[in-house]
Order: sequence, then structure tokens, then C-alpha cells
Amino acid sequence: MNKVATATAPKKAAGVSPVRKFLADNGALVGLFVLGLALFIATPDFLTGPNLLNIGIQASVIAVLAFGLTFVIVAAGIDLSVGSVAALSAMGSAWIFSQASLPGWLAVVGGLLIGTLSGAVSGFAVAYGRLPSFIATLAMLSVARGLTLVISDGRPIPTAPEVSFLGGDLGVLPMPIVVLVIAGTVAALILNFTVMGRYMYAVGGNTEAARLSGVPVRRVLVTVFALSGLFAALAGLLLSGRLDSAQPQAAAGYELDAIAAVVIGGASLAGGVGRISGTLVGALVLVVIRNGLNLLNVSSFWQQVVIGVVIAVAVGIDSLRRKNAPH
Amino acid sequence: MTDNPILTLDNVTKSFGPVTVIKGVTVNVYPGKVQVLLGENGAGKSTLIKMMAGVHQPDGGRILVDGEKVRLADTNASEALGIATIHQELNLVGSMTVAENICMGRFPRRFGLVDRRTMRNTAKAALDRIGLHIDVDHKVGELGIARQQLVEIAKALSLEARMLILDEPTAALTKREITALFAVVEDLRSRGVGMVFISHHLDEIAAIGNSVSVLRDGEFVAEVPADTSEDELVRLMVGRSIEQQFPRRRDYDGPADTLLEVNGLSTKGLINDVSFSVKAGEIVGLAGLMGAGRTEVLRAIAGVDPYVNGTVHVRGKELPKSSIGAAIRAGVGHVPEDRKAHGLVLGAPVNENIGYATLAATAKSGLVDRRGQRKRAQDVADKLRIRMQNLDQPVGSLSGGNQQKTVFARWIVTNSSVLLLDEPTRGVDVGAKVEIYELMNAITAAGGAVVMVSSELPEVLGMSDRILVMSGGHISGELAGGDVTQDAVMMLAVRDVQRDLEDKLMEDGHE
Repeated sequence: MNKVATATAPKKAAGVSPVRKFLADNGALVGLFVLGLALFIATPDFLTGPNLLNIGIQASVIAVLAFGLTFVIVAAGIDLSVGSVAALSAMGSAWIFSQASLPGWLAVVGGLLIGTLSGAVSGFAVAYGRLPSFIATLAMLSVARGLTLVISDGRPIPTAPEVSFLGGDLGVLPMPIVVLVIAGTVAALILNFTVMGRYMYAVGGNTEAARLSGVPVRRVLVTVFALSGLFAALAGLLLSGRLDSAQPQAAAGYELDAIAAVVIGGASLAGGVGRISGTLVGALVLVVIRNGLNLLNVSSFWQQVVIGVVIAVAVGIDSLRRKNAPH
Repeated sequence: MTDNPILTLDNVTKSFGPVTVIKGVTVNVYPGKVQVLLGENGAGKSTLIKMMAGVHQPDGGRILVDGEKVRLADTNASEALGIATIHQELNLVGSMTVAENICMGRFPRRFGLVDRRTMRNTAKAALDRIGLHIDVDHKVGELGIARQQLVEIAKALSLEARMLILDEPTAALTKREITALFAVVEDLRSRGVGMVFISHHLDEIAAIGNSVSVLRDGEFVAEVPADTSEDELVRLMVGRSIEQQFPRRRDYDGPADTLLEVNGLSTKGLINDVSFSVKAGEIVGLAGLMGAGRTEVLRAIAGVDPYVNGTVHVRGKELPKSSIGAAIRAGVGHVPEDRKAHGLVLGAPVNENIGYATLAATAKSGLVDRRGQRKRAQDVADKLRIRMQNLDQPVGSLSGGNQQKTVFARWIVTNSSVLLLDEPTRGVDVGAKVEIYELMNAITAAGGAVVMVSSELPEVLGMSDRILVMSGGHISGELAGGDVTQDAVMMLAVRDVQRDLEDKLMEDGHE
């Protein structure tokens, strides 16, 4: 049966028009477009400059977290610690500036370094300690949140001006949107153009085949978690910059939004599949739904219900499509 | 005896796609008799027993149970008729108890809860029938393989099985355990249970069998009594001339440098003191039965598995242990046994699959040489005539032969000079097979060295310049290519010189 399916696959693929193929490959984008259209019709407040910028700002933290997570998911792992690591990095950065009285640029670099290191620790535990990534990062989720509380003693700490700048404006453009675009571009470049990026797809697609082809699997695993930590730190700085202070409970639960964004964007938790553009669309879908429901005065309680249904439906459609597609 | 057969496969035929794997085979299984199925790997034994078990349905011919035509649509259908299979990989849940495993899927219930007392009693009764006295509350995973096998047999019998299919039950057992298993088989035979028995160890056939059905290339060859001499059985199994489907050419006329030298290679319990060398332009065949350690030798050389003792030199330079990267840089290319599990990233494009081993070497400051990688992949795909729509097609959607050629392409792009081929033509159609043989000719003509593991004897005889035969983890003999007969290879392959050593190793491992 299998043989028959694979033998006829090329013919099938040849018969599909480019337009249909694009739509099938970009289901989330189509969904986002339909969503936007519906909201445009439903309320005049949706398609306005200020609201769109607002959506961009709201999407920035989730999207940057999700970019980092995309590396991990492409390599067939999961990172539950991104929210906690974002908070720890932001708190560490604020501490460097406010408590250690070091220069603001050092606070930025320090914050990013804390995130990268936290991710690398999870990566080592996965690659060398043979812990499942779910467990390693669940542990890191707790450790990082705990350290955040230890450093801050449970109280907010003011951020450096350089960090606050990340939450401010650059001319007419809000900085979070600028950061979002740069981070997304860098992440896409890493995944598509670097050796390490291609290795991530190979490891996620078939770890053993990758290893037998000479791919340094353990180094790849450490790298994906370190990158996830770095992007989480950047998201943490964005978040604290907007508030001018690092909050001990910041970004709690954001890891679930980030995972949702990545999978809505078409990545497979089984690994080997995923794109940064998809993840961006996934994050925008989540934020646009929330924004639209707010504009329509739907209670935030119901919003959670809607988001949950959207996640299930989006991923459900995607896996049905995959099942019908060749391979 | 004049009993009627429990089960008859009457002139059955089975094809998978264009490949016919069983051609008009008839087998009878009688109550109280052990019917042995004998044949080389790939002769069709496993397809036959899968038909008996309801996994595969024949395309032609009939299956009769108690003289009546039946259709075994799935394994449930065959179990309902009292046919049970004891697979090599046992169907037990290691973390559950013996009693739970024996009653799996039909837990006795009382007030909606599991009735543990009845369950234990059922299990005890089942174990008593085969004289196995173990604690039914013991976790199955903590038992040795031999006892797990007996638990599985007990389970089958408690399901009222009157016919057992034993698929290489002795493969993982020590001599003592085999004796115990045969005692159980003997007992079941006296109680009228019919059995089908598959084993690669010829000495076991006379010890346990009644009658032997010999298969070759999916065809029925002969049915002989179990006390037929081993020489005769071997002749029946392999007796055919090597057809001219193996276009071995020796076009290399450069210096015969030794490219690969393996000295005293040993791994933990699997291979033992293996030494050989391969020269430029040479194909060395590694023959032997499944489990003889051939794959393990290739994996150790390629750096995939660690080894305890010995050295591997490529072009005179020693390779570090278990470093795949170092082996690849030294020019070793490894085409693994299972291309889907170990050779390819099936969801990734052909382009990427060809390029994995050269990705890092051709990159500039960490950036992939995308254009170069693509061009090299296209060139080699054209050269090997990989049939695909384009380079971006997922490799998983190609046919088996083209998938295999993609794995080869990876090492050709890498310029590997020592190729380790593990079952290079398995699951590949006849046309693609010849293309792969031509590829091996081209590699050796260019001064490369090839080590080929294959379970297909004609292929080994047809393509190799020298043949090393492995048995029980070490090299039991070397035969020069050309005038070697299949019988000579088989006699070396079934020589159980290592069995006693194995027994010792396994006992050490168990206790």
C-alpha cells in the first residue's frame, strides 16, 4: 500500500496548480487574511494606523519568543522555559544596571548573555545528559523563575535607559516592531543559510540519519537551546523596556503562546518542519484574535476559549492535510 | 500419522507491487508435527508465516484450516482459529506482570474491576501447561529473553492455540535455554499442537523438526525429512548457478594501495577479533547469516558504534574510535542497512539529503554554499540517473532504488574512497540493482575500495573479489572470488564455532 502511494505521489504533485500549492502551504497566512477581512467588516476600529501598530507591539514579545522556539521545534525538541528565561534575563539586566550600577549597554549584553547561558544549560542537559527536552526545560522553567524571584526579592527593578529604549519609539515606528523585524530576519537567515540551520532540519527530520552523515548532533542540540535562550532574553528586554522595569512575574505562561504560534505557523512537533515566516504569521493570528475580540468587547474569559479552539482547529487542519499529502 | 492438516497453504502466491515474493508454494502443518521452513534470507519464509498469521493475504491460491477454505483478514481472524505466532520481537509489555501479560486484552473482571485472583490462576494454569514455574507477579521485563519467550508461548496456549508459529525462537538463546525450549516443544508435540519452526541453525532441524519445506527465491524447492544431511539441506537452499546479472568488471589498473586496514576489531559481545584489509579497486564481500556481526563491523569502522579493541587505518592513518566526522574526513562513506531509518531524512528534499556530508566542508564562514551544493547535487543525480521531478522533491516520495542511489550520491559528492555498503540492494527492483552494481564498478574503477555486506549470496559471489565469511561475531573463513560456490560460503557461515563463547558471554550478561 505504501509503495503504491509513493509511486503515484509525483504525478499528484505535478497536477496541483502553483496557486493551490501556495494556499495549501500557507494555510495560516490565509487564515490571518480571512481573520483581518472579517474584523475589517465587523468594526471600523480594526484597520486603523494606531491599532495596527498596537498589534505589532503586542505581537513583538510573543513572536520573538516563538522565533527562538522555532529552532528548537525544528530540531524535534521543545522549550518550555522561554517565558521564565525571558523574565530572568530581564531581571538580571535590570539588576546589573540598578543594583550593580554598571553601564546600560552592559545591562543589555548581560541580559542577552544570561538568556543564552540558560538555554545552553538546557541544551547540555538534553544533548549530553540525555534528558528529554520536555523535562530539561520544565526544570529550567522552575529554576529560572526561582532565580528571578531570588534576584529581585519579589519586587520590580527599574531597567537601564538602553533597555527602555527598546520599548520606546524610533521616529514613527515603535522599537518593538523594529526589533521584531530584525530578530525575524536574523532567525530566518540562520535557519535557511547557515550550516547550523540546515543541520537543525536534518536532526529534527531523522536524528540517526543525520548522525551517520556526520552531523554533530549534540552540538546542534546545544546550539538550538542556546539560541532559544538568546531570543527569549531579547523578548524579556522588550517586555521590561516597555514597562521601564523588570517584573518578577513577567512573561509567565508565555511559553504556551509561543508554542501555539510555532505550531499554528505550520511547524511539526515531530521535528524537521517549520519556518520563521510561518511562526510570525502564527504569532500575528494569536494577537489579531485577541485584539479583534477586544474591539468587539468580548470578555477576556471567552477569549481564552476562542484561542484554544483556534489552536486545535489550525493544527488539526494541518495534520489532516499532511496525512493526505504524499509522505 | 493419518491426521488431517490443521492448516494448509495451497499453491499460494504473493506480490508486492511488481515484485512476486511467493510463487505457488504449498505447505501443510499437521497436529503433533513440527514443520520447518528453510531458506536463505529473502527466500520468502517470513511472508509465508505472515500469511498464516493473517498479516498478509495471498494474491493467489487458498488457505485451508481443517480442510475448509478460509480468509485470514487479520491477526484476529487467525487467532480465532487457534493459530498463534511467537515473533522474534516478543509482544509483551515489559513493565507489567507475567499474569497481566498472559491475560492481556481479556482481563477477568469482577464488579467492573480487574479480578486479580482469577487472573493469577489463569496465568498459573497457562504456565503449568508448559512446566514453567515462575512468580506470576514478576515483571516480564525483568525476566531473561528465554523466559519471556516461554511466557509468550504460555499466553498463546491459554488462548486455545493449537498451532504455533515459532519465528527464529533460538536466535537469542543460549545452548541451555535452547534445550529447555526444545523440551517444551517436544511436550507440545506429544499433545497434538502443530508447529511451524524457522531457524538458521541447521543442527536444530534434525533435533526438533519432523519435515522440512525448502524455499528459494519465493519458490517451493522440496519437502524432505528433518533428518536429511546438512550438506543436502544447504544444497537445496542455495543450489543454483550465478546468473549473469552481476556485471562485475575490474577496470582499475593503478597501484594496489591498501586503503582500509582493520586489525583485531572487537566490540562488546558482538564482534570478536576481526581483521582484514581492502585494496584500491577491490570489492570485498562480507557474507554470513543475520546476526553474525557483519553490520556491526561496518558500523564500528564508520565510527557509528564504539569498539573495545583493535584499530582501523584508512590510507595508513589510524582513525579515532567512534568519530563519524573523522571517518568521513578520512574518506569513509557508509551506506547503512536501513536507508529509511538510518540513511535518509525522508521529509527533506533530495538536494539536502545528498549534501549533508559536504555542508560544513564547503561552507564559507558558516554560510551554506547553496549554489555549489545544488549544482553538485544536480550533477551527481544526473550521473547516477536518480529519477525524480526535481531536487526539491522529498526523498521519501522516491522509489526504493532511487532512495538508495541518493544515499550513494551523498558519498560520491564527498569523494569517499572507502565505501561500506550494508545490504546495498535490499528492497530495490531488479533494474536498479544492476545500476547499483555498475555504480560499484565505477567506484572501484576510480581507485576506490568497497566492503559489501549482503545476505544475498549470489550477489556476494557475483560482485566480490574476495569473500570474508562471518559466523558468531568473527571471521570464520576467507574465500577468493571467482570459483567460490554458495555451498562453501554457507558451510562457513553456519559453522557454530562461537556458540560456546556466546553462551558464556550471555550468561555473564544475564546473571
